[in-house]
Amino acid sequence: MHVEQISVFLENKSGRLSEVTAILAEAGVNIRALALADTSDFGVLRLIVDDKDKAVSTLKDNGFTVGKTEVLAVEVQDRPGGLNNILDILKSNSINVEYMYAYVRHTGENAVMIFRFDNIAAAIEVLTNEGIAILEGEKLYAL
Amino acid sequence: MIYNMEYETMPREALEAIQLRRLQSTVERVFANVPFYREKFKETKVSPADIRSVADLRRLPFTTKQDLRDNYPFGMFAVPMDHVVRIHASSGTTGQPTVVGYTARDIKTWAELMARALMAGGADRGDIIHNAYGYGLFTGGLGVHYGAEMLGASVIPVSGGNTRRQVMIMKDFGPTIITATPSYALHLAEVAEEMGVSFKDLKFKFGIFGAEPWSETMRTEIERKLNIVAVDIYGLSEVMGPGVAIECKEAKSGLHVFEDHFIPEIINPDTLETLPYGETGELVFTTITKEAFPVIRYRTRDICSLTPEPCICGRSHLRMSRVTGRSDDMLIIRGVNVFPSQIESVLMDMEGVTPHYQLVVDREGALDILTVRVEVGEGMFSDEVKKLQAVEKHISKNIKELLGVSAKVKLVEPKGIARSEGKAVRVIDNRKL
Repeated sequence: MHVEQISVFLENKSGRLSEVTAILAEAGVNIRALALADTSDFGVLRLIVDDKDKAVSTLKDNGFTVGKTEVLAVEVQDRPGGLNNILDILKSNSINVEYMYAYVRHTGENAVMIFRFDNIAAAIEVLTNEGIAILEGEKLYAL
Repeated sequence: MIYNMEYETMPREALEAIQLRRLQSTVERVFANVPFYREKFKETKVSPADIRSVADLRRLPFTTKQDLRDNYPFGMFAVPMDHVVRIHASSGTTGQPTVVGYTARDIKTWAELMARALMAGGADRGDIIHNAYGYGLFTGGLGVHYGAEMLGASVIPVSGGNTRRQVMIMKDFGPTIITATPSYALHLAEVAEEMGVSFKDLKFKFGIFGAEPWSETMRTEIERKLNIVAVDIYGLSEVMGPGVAIECKEAKSGLHVFEDHFIPEIINPDTLETLPYGETGELVFTTITKEAFPVIRYRTRDICSLTPEPCICGRSHLRMSRVTGRSDDMLIIRGVNVFPSQIESVLMDMEGVTPHYQLVVDREGALDILTVRVEVGEGMFSDEVKKLQAVEKHISKNIKELLGVSAKVKLVEPKGIARSEGKAVRVIDNRKL
């Protein structure tokens, strides 16, 4: 059900992000979605890529600290209130969203959002019960 | 003014005779009462009877901070605990400070030496002493306090911190002498200025500053900003506390070591050879009157030189130069001793935290700022920023609890810490003293 996201620790200084993208470009890894959270000192880059194993090993070889996290790729209706509908469902079931960001591709009529939950199993159950589509890794990368 | 004219101006020959008698008695006492010294003397094949001149001191083995730690807490005491009336401790590695003890006579000796030091720095009966050294396990506060009382001055035990209140007290109580770490004195000056209080309107005449290294440039700055004459005081808890050596206000050139109680030597820290007067090396002290916690050839790790040149103040005791550095990697942050190894053990004790770190010390205004840079390993990494920030806070809290010093923790990328010749650079000290 879930998708594996990789995260990279970055010091907050110029050129660090482009260093990551250059390493991935050279390894032939395609970035499908990306979000950066930062503080005044450091940032955490979150990535969905088409070849996560290659991305992780290449980044580690280049001295980066890399982590892997399970996230959900959730289909969101591409109309006003689409995202709100999902967040309402999560809220009424007391599911906490740690963070979320948009995926670049559409499924056709729906947008795709990447969600990070602290309790991923509960989130899958609630969303599935409500008929919300969750995309698996293979399907997501194939979009 | 000289507090103890007889002893402080004693001709060197007479002084050396007293030193020898006191040294012999100390060596006999530690041999009889402290298993550590007995074993060490036997190992180096030296016995108390071998000490026939002050120069024979060189035959005795050295004592190091590690020896004190190995005998934590009371193993180095030379008297039974029912003779010990006071205990102090200096900051140490995780849960293991260096513990020192004092008999009633030791406290009296210490008070006299501090009274001598205060008077050498310009204080007298009738003065009001604003004592901003920290009170507690640290020897600074209570050391100055007892000396001030013995001198007959009025002492304000204001201790460290709460700076705005200190400025109010300085304004309202009219103290004439200030005792503090030099960096805190400058901080006081800044806060006073912010509060619109000018030191020119205060009654201060002299300041006695120590517990951390400072320079002639800082002296000039302190004297100008506080409108006083500033002198340097030296001491360490392992030897006694503040009042081991003091600059006289007349010369302000080197600190007189109270040689009727301590014998200083300068050694080459690598070869351990004793160096002649004038040469720079590591300062070593032997206490010759301490009862509860005598030390034999204690290696202070402080780098300085000694001169027997007569001084215009009339004191015959030789002078040590300002301490210019350390023969180990100890840092003094706002008066607190910090070893990089202590930070390392704090990090090692935390699950998932790598022991790859670097200490950066800056001086912002008058205060030392310690930043601990820690490399982010996989064990502590998270995709959530708040968890990483919690790690930073946690490290900072543990450092504060165990070392007593506030540090800003900054996470850095692996290999983010410069390595020279494969060895990590652990300390970057940007303070311009």
